[in-house]
Amino acid sequence: MFELLGIPPQALLGQLLLGLINGSFYAVLSLGLAVIFGLLNIINFAHGALYMMGAFVAWMLLNYAGIGYWPALILAPLIVGVFGIVLERLLLSRLYHLDHLYGLLLTFGLALIIQGLFRNYYGISGLPYRIPDALAGGYNLGFMFLPKYRAWVVVASLVVCFGTWFMIEKTRLGAYLRAATENPVLVGAFGVNVPLLIMLTYGFGVALAGFAGVLAAPIYSVNPNMGADLIIVVFAVVVIGGMGSIMGSILTGYFLGLIEGLTRVFYPEGSAVVIFVIMALVLLVKPEGLFGRAT
Amino acid sequence: MTISNSGIATPSAQRAGMPLLHKVIFLVLLAFLVVLPFLVYPVFAMKLMCFALFAAAFNLLLGFGGLLSFGHAAFFGSASYVAAHAAKVWGLTPELAVLSGTVAAAFLGLVIGALAIRRQGIYFAMVTLAFAQMVYFVALQAQFTGGEDGIQSVPRGALFGLISLRDNISLYFFVLAVTFGGILMLYRIVHSPFGQVLHAIRENEPRAISLGYNVNRYKLMVFTLSATFSGLAGATKAQVFQLASLTDVHWTMSGEVVLMTLLGGMGTVFGPLVGAAIIVTMQNYLATFGAWVTVIQGVIFVIGVMLFREGVVGVIARWIKRPL
Repeated sequence: MFELLGIPPQALLGQLLLGLINGSFYAVLSLGLAVIFGLLNIINFAHGALYMMGAFVAWMLLNYAGIGYWPALILAPLIVGVFGIVLERLLLSRLYHLDHLYGLLLTFGLALIIQGLFRNYYGISGLPYRIPDALAGGYNLGFMFLPKYRAWVVVASLVVCFGTWFMIEKTRLGAYLRAATENPVLVGAFGVNVPLLIMLTYGFGVALAGFAGVLAAPIYSVNPNMGADLIIVVFAVVVIGGMGSIMGSILTGYFLGLIEGLTRVFYPEGSAVVIFVIMALVLLVKPEGLFGRAT
Repeated sequence: MTISNSGIATPSAQRAGMPLLHKVIFLVLLAFLVVLPFLVYPVFAMKLMCFALFAAAFNLLLGFGGLLSFGHAAFFGSASYVAAHAAKVWGLTPELAVLSGTVAAAFLGLVIGALAIRRQGIYFAMVTLAFAQMVYFVALQAQFTGGEDGIQSVPRGALFGLISLRDNISLYFFVLAVTFGGILMLYRIVHSPFGQVLHAIRENEPRAISLGYNVNRYKLMVFTLSATFSGLAGATKAQVFQLASLTDVHWTMSGEVVLMTLLGGMGTVFGPLVGAAIIVTMQNYLATFGAWVTVIQGVIFVIGVMLFREGVVGVIARWIKRPL
């Protein structure tokens, strides 16, 4: 078996896999942020809280209603999405005429409320969520052990990410969406119901966060703080990639997850900050982000 | 990116020096603060003043510079750590410890500011938040910060090596001098020619550029100044509580200072002080409710953004038709 710079390949591949899994979450979450930002021009600070909510809804469905992982994978994002739509209709939609920073402040407040409520009722110790039977165990690839569930997370996130990309870039609905991003007034004049489009877009972006939450539930324990720290890293991912391009935010997410994994092999102390360091470098060299459009 | 507000100081206020109304308010405030430690627990009053300075420093950036930073805990917290370290390990006197914390925050502000002003609006907020999180991780892992424990039992020492600050009342007047002085200096900055240029940039950045102002240099200066005074607040806080901890650098601290400023009235002189007083008092009385404090803060955030964007002082300023 080969060795790379004195690092056993098992450790290297293991960390790369971990990085790829983190990258999957970065990708799905930053994709949701980018979709919402494209049309609403706001940064959804509540994204991390809604990701956490997705995990909790899955846990509640299992423990209160006996609904297992597979239905929860569809139901939880739907519930989170509907919750998001309510927030959009009741609160966010009243702020569109103001500076976008108010949207950021509002969603920050919402994040505090959602996290605080879950912390009150469920504590911060974390609740276990069992890996579904079909995905328990793993494959022995000879050079490393690949847990089935982790492989599934990567595959599922890839499918969702590229499905979203396809929908936005290649379908008629996506064309409306892109047009409304460019010029909402003109698109409205053509008879497209833009407020409805905005509402559904927010619901969809938020549902992506809920989906990521369900995927995360069996890996990380379900706990009220799981989204808070993650979302800040995702913000850095979004700054690095720039939110101008859907594909850009997906690729940046996976790429940075892998970089983080590699850092954990070669310089473990730096793994928590490597993404922020990359952000600083990108700001120096290409401030608009790797895939961003200059503004 | 402009955040409009009603309580902006007008140029006429600048020409005539400090308007009478503001002079009166500052004097009444000072008189009130002199008797305050004999009415309430002095440590609570000192906490209040530190956060009032912190919010006022933040308001310099948001209310007068038009830049929303979501990472001001980085400056508050790092100054707190450096001051605590200076007092405990280097054995510096309180004023030098506070000074070293403030200098550290100023330097950090210069570095983060130089990077952050390369993006605008929402991105600016995200960049500052991300850098603050980086500072948080460094504080979590570095040797001198003491990780989860923080730096505890920081000696209060003796001012200039002469006047012992071990007693709460003598420390109180040190803190009063530092924070009140800091707030007056911030007032002076806002009402200086520099402050007027900031005003111009916030209202119409392209026009300020066309008038020949180096907008980025002004932004960097206001960012660094704001970080410096936030650091002054954080360093003083470390002396008061004899503690520097991860709470000081956590993103919730950044959120709290935004909330104080929003609630009191951004772009007003007295708003941040009022906002800080409300939030610190609320935390004090609701401390037994645990996580509900977070929920209530979130609710105040939502209400503030939806219905009450001028803040308490902004509304009063509109009623009496005078900038406050």
